[in-house]
Amino acid sequence: MDDFEDDEFDGPVKKFLFLNRKAPYGTIYALEGLEVVLITAAFDQDVSMVFADDGVFQIKKDQETSGINMKNFSPTYRALEGYEVEKVYAEKESLEARGLSEDDLVIPVEVLSAAELAELMDTQDVIVSF
Amino acid sequence: MKFGILVNEGPFTHQASDSAYHFTKAALEKGHEIVRVFFYHDGVNNANKLSEPQSDDRNLVGMWSALAEEHGVELIVCVAAALRRGIKDELLAAGFTISGLGQLVEAGIIGDRLITFGD
Repeated sequence: MDDFEDDEFDGPVKKFLFLNRKAPYGTIYALEGLEVVLITAAFDQDVSMVFADDGVFQIKKDQETSGINMKNFSPTYRALEGYEVEKVYAEKESLEARGLSEDDLVIPVEVLSAAELAELMDTQDVIVSF
Repeated sequence: MKFGILVNEGPFTHQASDSAYHFTKAALEKGHEIVRVFFYHDGVNNANKLSEPQSDDRNLVGMWSALAEEHGVELIVCVAAALRRGIKDELLAAGFTISGLGQLVEAGIIGDRLITFGD
């Protein structure tokens, strides 16, 4: 690919926050967005991941996608820990509006309110929304 | 200031590419530096040299190429997103290069701001 795919990258470290707002299927944003998160982590950056709005469905347990002939990529989120992406958040209001709780999710998350997420975003260097 | 630019939509269906182009051009004219423009998702379609809009419409692909030629702006197309959509080296308009997502991450690291243009 290029020189920067190397795990040995030893440049500056910035705080990257990835805001996932879209449902996992219906559009490609969630799937291609996850690729960016994994590459950013491979660059040893300080990565946070936020699930809000329909984005909380990305990490819902028991996804069954055979009927729409799409690959169920939700197991990939479990790989985040292996990339040392440990700052994973879900928005409280989004979970509640969709009748979801932490027990419904494939990975452990810290649940934060919209106001708390705003404070978290204030501390970041780069925010990318997918 | 050093800007990284991320373009997430193709030309025409969404205005995102137009906005990204105008922002990039304006930033350069004001003396700012553009680290690179990175094309992701359907944004890779901005690089398709076969694009042929009607003569009274803007030609975004050509506008990006001209910007690259005038200002030496790096136009990078994500390889995985491009291959999935049939955008290959032989289809690239002048000034565009296919490379990896690492180029996007690096733009975020070395730029003062990373600006996303999307839906």
